[in-house]
Amino acid sequence: MNMATTDSSMVRFGRFLRDNPVIPLLAFLVLMIAVLEVIRPGIVTPFRAGRDGLISTFWVGNLIKFAIPLAMLAACQVLTMLTAGIDLSAGIVATVAAFVCATLSSIWGPVPAVLIAMSMGLVVGVVNGIGVGVVRVHPLIMTLGTGLIATGCMQVYQRLVINAGSEIPAVLSWLGTGRTLSMPNGLFLFVPFALFVFWLMRFTGFGRLLFALGSNENAAKLSGVRAWQVYVALYALSGLIAALAGLLYLGMIRQTSLSLASPLLLPSVAAAVIGGTSIFGGRGSFAGAIVGALIIRVLDTMLTLMQMPEGARTMLFGLIILTVTAIYVRITGSR
Amino acid sequence: MNANQILDASGIAKSFGAVKALVDASLSVSEGEIVALMGANGAGKSTFVKIITGALTPDNGKVLIRGKQARVGSPAEARRSGLVPVYQEPSLIPDLDVADNLRLTDTPIAPFERWVKELGIEGLSLSDMVGDLPLATLRILDLARALASEPDVLLLDEMTAALPSDLVERVLKVTRQQADKGMGVIYVSHRFNEISELCDRATVLRDGQTVGDLVIEPGVEDRAVELMLGQRLDLAAREVNKTRGTIGDTPRVRVKGVAIAPKVTDISFDMFPGEVLGVVALEGQGQDELFECLAGFMPPTAGSIEVNGTTTAFRHPADAIAAGVKFVPGDRADALLAQRSVRENIALPFSARMSSWGWLKMRHERERVEHAIDRLQIDTRAQGEVQRLSGGNQQKVTIGRWLATGVETLLLFDPTRGIDVRTKRQIYPLVRELAEQGSSVLFYTSELEEIPLACDRAVVIFNGRVVDIIDAENADEQTLLRAAYGLTAQEGAA
Ligand SMILES: Nc1ncnc2c1ncn2[C@@H]1O[C@H](COP(=O)(O)OP(=O)(O)O)[C@@H](O)[C@H]1O
Ligand SMILES: [Mg+2]
Repeated sequence: MNMATTDSSMVRFGRFLRDNPVIPLLAFLVLMIAVLEVIRPGIVTPFRAGRDGLISTFWVGNLIKFAIPLAMLAACQVLTMLTAGIDLSAGIVATVAAFVCATLSSIWGPVPAVLIAMSMGLVVGVVNGIGVGVVRVHPLIMTLGTGLIATGCMQVYQRLVINAGSEIPAVLSWLGTGRTLSMPNGLFLFVPFALFVFWLMRFTGFGRLLFALGSNENAAKLSGVRAWQVYVALYALSGLIAALAGLLYLGMIRQTSLSLASPLLLPSVAAAVIGGTSIFGGRGSFAGAIVGALIIRVLDTMLTLMQMPEGARTMLFGLIILTVTAIYVRITGSR
Repeated sequence: MNANQILDASGIAKSFGAVKALVDASLSVSEGEIVALMGANGAGKSTFVKIITGALTPDNGKVLIRGKQARVGSPAEARRSGLVPVYQEPSLIPDLDVADNLRLTDTPIAPFERWVKELGIEGLSLSDMVGDLPLATLRILDLARALASEPDVLLLDEMTAALPSDLVERVLKVTRQQADKGMGVIYVSHRFNEISELCDRATVLRDGQTVGDLVIEPGVEDRAVELMLGQRLDLAAREVNKTRGTIGDTPRVRVKGVAIAPKVTDISFDMFPGEVLGVVALEGQGQDELFECLAGFMPPTAGSIEVNGTTTAFRHPADAIAAGVKFVPGDRADALLAQRSVRENIALPFSARMSSWGWLKMRHERERVEHAIDRLQIDTRAQGEVQRLSGGNQQKVTIGRWLATGVETLLLFDPTRGIDVRTKRQIYPLVRELAEQGSSVLFYTSELEEIPLACDRAVVIFNGRVVDIIDAENADEQTLLRAAYGLTAQEGAA
């Protein structure tokens, strides 16, 4: 019997996807946009609808604008997932940072408000890091716990500042709502941020250690890596990133609420996973997560356009994310 | 074709991307026959075994089972056809207990337990977590599980590599017995003495190709090595040229009365710069704990360790590394980032300290890594992921890591386990060379013949204590074995 080519083209294709997750993801993104255009002709190509330009820069700008905070939170997930962790406090940290910043800037002005908001993220992150790295609590439990505690603290804090009113620092509004050449100003923050994350993952010793801890913590220990140091730094960084994302989101939404960025949490996890990051550690890509965030945004628009009731929309959204992830995991043979 | 032939595989080919693991491999086995499958590291032995037992699918080739074409699509199918393997790597799942592992493969419990006893493992409970068991026990459990499913053909892939000599004897005995009852065996090993004792025939692989079939008879070793390496090699010149460097007179490391509860009770010895100090011990005499303690994984419960004259209290391997003490563990899987590249694996210690978390010093790193790769002659064809390298090359990577950073004191725990002759012959001179350059090496090996080959002196550990320190130069295997069993020379003579 001739056992014909068993490294079937499917398997080889899957391996290719795993090594270059961004390429098929981009293709998928384009496909989704095409579907969107079919559902609502003219939304992407106003030319056909009689307006100017072949592709609506306004629509693209909007897509990017709302994908930015999601992609930033996804960075928290990608970085922690590299070590087989996760940061479930990221959504709440972003919300807390936004809330604290808005309330404090009416009292102390924008600069101290931003600094204090960022240090909130740092504090939660350090606590997460100590829990995960020193006490060795599972990251899922640890970050869920600190997230709950942070929510409680924020509710108490809200009572205290109930009359203070809120104010959004001008620079955040500019970043959040302004446009330059019809692209959102948020990119002025996000592009350097993304470059920083790439640099961190590819060209630094710290990045190497994230991959190493996720691949084999024992091997890292054997090589002299004190894992707790890495975990504390990692979760602190994740907290800072989440706070920064919250501030940007505040500038975008321009109102405070006790659940401002919380709905972004699960999509941020989904963006990371769709982008080819393994929740079991050792493999991940921020570029993939960025495309993942864009895909999720397009999906969201699609569901909104279909004018579904809120509940059905949320359900369908969850279903689609699960399906996409499952398909992706299946064809790439990754987990 | 022989009427009793059970398995006949021919023309098997398999590539992993650009790496051609098998090109044209053939092998057959009949009832009651024990066939050795030989070949240097990376020759494709493990791949061949995995293909026959359905864990990998070949790109090409033909498998006949009792004369009929068969398609072995999965390990379960193979088992149903009577082909049962013990793979090179332990295959029980560490997070489950023994009973659950058996359930996963539908292994009948009663015969399993009988085999475990027969193979000389005492005191095993089915509720033991697999992850807590020592490596040697795991290998035996793998074998017992395979035997319990009453195979027609048993495939053993470097089964004995991780075993102490007493367990090896048991395995050989049981294998022989079963063969006498009609079971066919395919036996992968690098050890000539086992093969000549056990096997009827040997099939030799080189670079993925079957290059010869030998009948086992006295003197066949030369022919086998010749086939394996593809050139004539003088076996007599196996002795490593032991150019002795000067051994320093102030000890680099002093181990004084060290005890590590519960296994190690009293260990003392000195390690000098320029010296390779062997450790002779049967499995489980406390050598594992000793090495882990010296490497900073756990503190001694009593006694002290001095490095360069200062008493140390290692609380983490990082402390040991800072003191120049570097550890190569027995289990390569413990030391390697399986999915990462050769380069990242070797360069890992460079980023360990917080002060080196910033920009990678790419040029510096590349120089050091390439130097280590050259010096160890690591085959980097599959360097993108360390898990694709053959066992010998993986081991070289774990050693190369410390060559790249420089070593004062090197702790080598069974570095030649499951490694082919060629790689071994590269490792001994390397160890000698390191010593010559002033390093101090502690070298535990489960193969006693390596002690006189690579070491200057050897400490004999029995039951958690040092029972003797001997001159390795003149120690033959017999002396060492007696010592390892706790018999002193005098008692032996009496
Ligand atoms: N999963 C894999 N992916 C890529 N290459 C592999 C894989 N498994 C084995 N190889 C390569 O195939 C060759 C043969 O390996 P192996 O069968 O393990 O050799 P042996 O058991 O004789 O030492 C080696 O060069 C090895 O690097
Ligand atoms: Mg092998």
